Amino acid sequence: MLEVQGLTLQITVDGEPVRAVSNLSLNIQPGRVLALVGESGCGKSLTAQALLRLGEFQGVKKTSGKILLEGIDLDAMDRESLRKVRGGKISMIFQEPMTALNPVFSVGSQIVEVIRLHLDMNKQQALARAKQLLHDVGLQQVEQLLKQYPDSLSGGMRQRILIAMAMAGDPDYIIADEPTTALDVSVQKRMIHLLRNLQRKRNLGMLLVTHDFGLVAEMADDVAVMYAGEVIEYGAVADIFEAPSHPYTQALMQCRPEANREKHATLKVISGQVPAPGRWPSGCRFAPRCTKKIASCTQNDIALNCWQSPSGDSSISPSPHMARCLRVAELQ
Amino acid sequence: MTTVLQLQSLRKSFDRGGFWSKSDDRVAAVDAVSLTLKAGKTLAIVGESGSGKSTTARLAMRLLEPDHGEVHLLGHEITHLQGKALRAHRKNIQMVFQDPFASLNPRMKIVDTVGEGLRVHAANLSKKERVARVAEMLELCGVNPEVMQRYPHQFSGGQRQRIGIARALIVQPKVLVLDEPVSALDVSVQAQILNLLKSLQQAHGFAYLFISHDLSVVRHIADEVAIMFAGRIVEQGSAEAIFATPHHPYTINLLNSVPIAHPDARQPIDAVEVLADQEDVAQSGCAYRLRCASAQHDCATISAQALLAQQPCACIHPCIDE
Repeated sequence: MLEVQGLTLQITVDGEPVRAVSNLSLNIQPGRVLALVGESGCGKSLTAQALLRLGEFQGVKKTSGKILLEGIDLDAMDRESLRKVRGGKISMIFQEPMTALNPVFSVGSQIVEVIRLHLDMNKQQALARAKQLLHDVGLQQVEQLLKQYPDSLSGGMRQRILIAMAMAGDPDYIIADEPTTALDVSVQKRMIHLLRNLQRKRNLGMLLVTHDFGLVAEMADDVAVMYAGEVIEYGAVADIFEAPSHPYTQALMQCRPEANREKHATLKVISGQVPAPGRWPSGCRFAPRCTKKIASCTQNDIALNCWQSPSGDSSISPSPHMARCLRVAELQ
Repeated sequence: MTTVLQLQSLRKSFDRGGFWSKSDDRVAAVDAVSLTLKAGKTLAIVGESGSGKSTTARLAMRLLEPDHGEVHLLGHEITHLQGKALRAHRKNIQMVFQDPFASLNPRMKIVDTVGEGLRVHAANLSKKERVARVAEMLELCGVNPEVMQRYPHQFSGGQRQRIGIARALIVQPKVLVLDEPVSALDVSVQAQILNLLKSLQQAHGFAYLFISHDLSVVRHIADEVAIMFAGRIVEQGSAEAIFATPHHPYTINLLNSVPIAHPDARQPIDAVEVLADQEDVAQSGCAYRLRCASAQHDCATISAQALLAQQPCACIHPCIDE
């Protein structure tokens, strides 16, 4: 299991240190997809990067909390073992297929590099594996593709190559940060099917970072909704769609155009905007925008409480439905 | 209802080769595009990247000059106008851009950015009058006028997009060209902007040429829809008709590609195949035939343009199972 325990991240804004993620805990289990959903600026991408200790390069500081891979603390690892983990145990698929590939190396040499870094293979074996990986992600004319450079490929092809590279070191966990956002709709669906297929076949644990509830509906087993640096609701995907329980989740689902099928209807909106890190209000961070707030909402920090017994498929470990809201039970 | 914007068989091609290439290898980004926009209505152009939808918007704005065809704005032909003559007509057509971070000048105060159009199109206004108009327009677009002395970086994405809309509307155009106006915004902010556009249209009768790849947004806002593929329109009609009974295989494919709205609609995992992307575009006949599941021999010889002149869909084997 890949665990995040009480993660607090600090970034620098105008020279001042501010918290961007606070006391966040998540479990990513083998064979399951956990979606981390939220609007821009809520800290979801920072959290994803922290799982591989990538934020350190951009001045993100972890002030408390632990990342545990099969029980081993990532902080306790030296550079060499961390390098084995990145790509070998936990891989990342980035959002931007146009910038994530190196433009001056051929596709083949970039994949072979990853394979040989993580698996004990000679050049021939690595090349054979690269071909197989490209084939697995639905690419054709693989021989020719290996010799091509990224600039001659379409966005969809590049994203498939990035997915193949993420699989190259035979990882157990995948972190996918908005894997379909930069792609055309016609390509998106195929990419979703590809990711689901690989995840299931290889029994991967996946953290899916997204703002798109359509992608969540397509892929996730469990969902964690983030707002202003903390998880405000957590549950099985069916529970989140059937009975979203935090007022923020409810409002977010209702303001999608899909939820307003009536022609010319006025869309439901959430007034105001997401508070920037450093400007989080005390108490419930959503309270200033919440239509259901009461006086006590703004007094103390509110805990993420389990309020509904788990539902869904009982053969797999059931996910409790939790929400960070004082009024959750009475508002249902 | 009066026609405010009419595009007639527009074509625009660009050099495919680089700076050093000698050949005149040109690719038609837009070909044979004809569209009609009525006053107070929203016409959406939908398509994947490279389909020519943004080029069409730029041709309509006359930011580009077409190789062939005509652009009529409020009954005047503006296809080849230049300089001052063109500027006089620009008052009637304005544009809102996709990226609210890149489309506002970071060195200009909001009052100057929004008021700039007035300096050109209402030069007789005094500074005081101009500021008053800016305040009025910001208010209308949901921005507190007290903030007009600030700079763009002090605003969120949604606020900036409101400012972008105010800038476009201040010269009281008849037509607003919106190029992906909400695709850079968060869902909750997107809803605010869509509502704003809708209420402005209802109150003031603006016509929108709405460019988007997001079908759920288009379904919500559009009256008419044109689907583009490889520089051509493959199907057009009322939004209701396109979404209820699409005929062209490409339109159907596009509609099927929209992510599901609820996990219950998920396909079972064994039905999920790893498929290659199909990105081929045919150079003759129907451009979509290389990707089309229902393509037949005669698809290679048809003229999509001729078909579209007779029916709302450029396909000789349209799907008509209702």
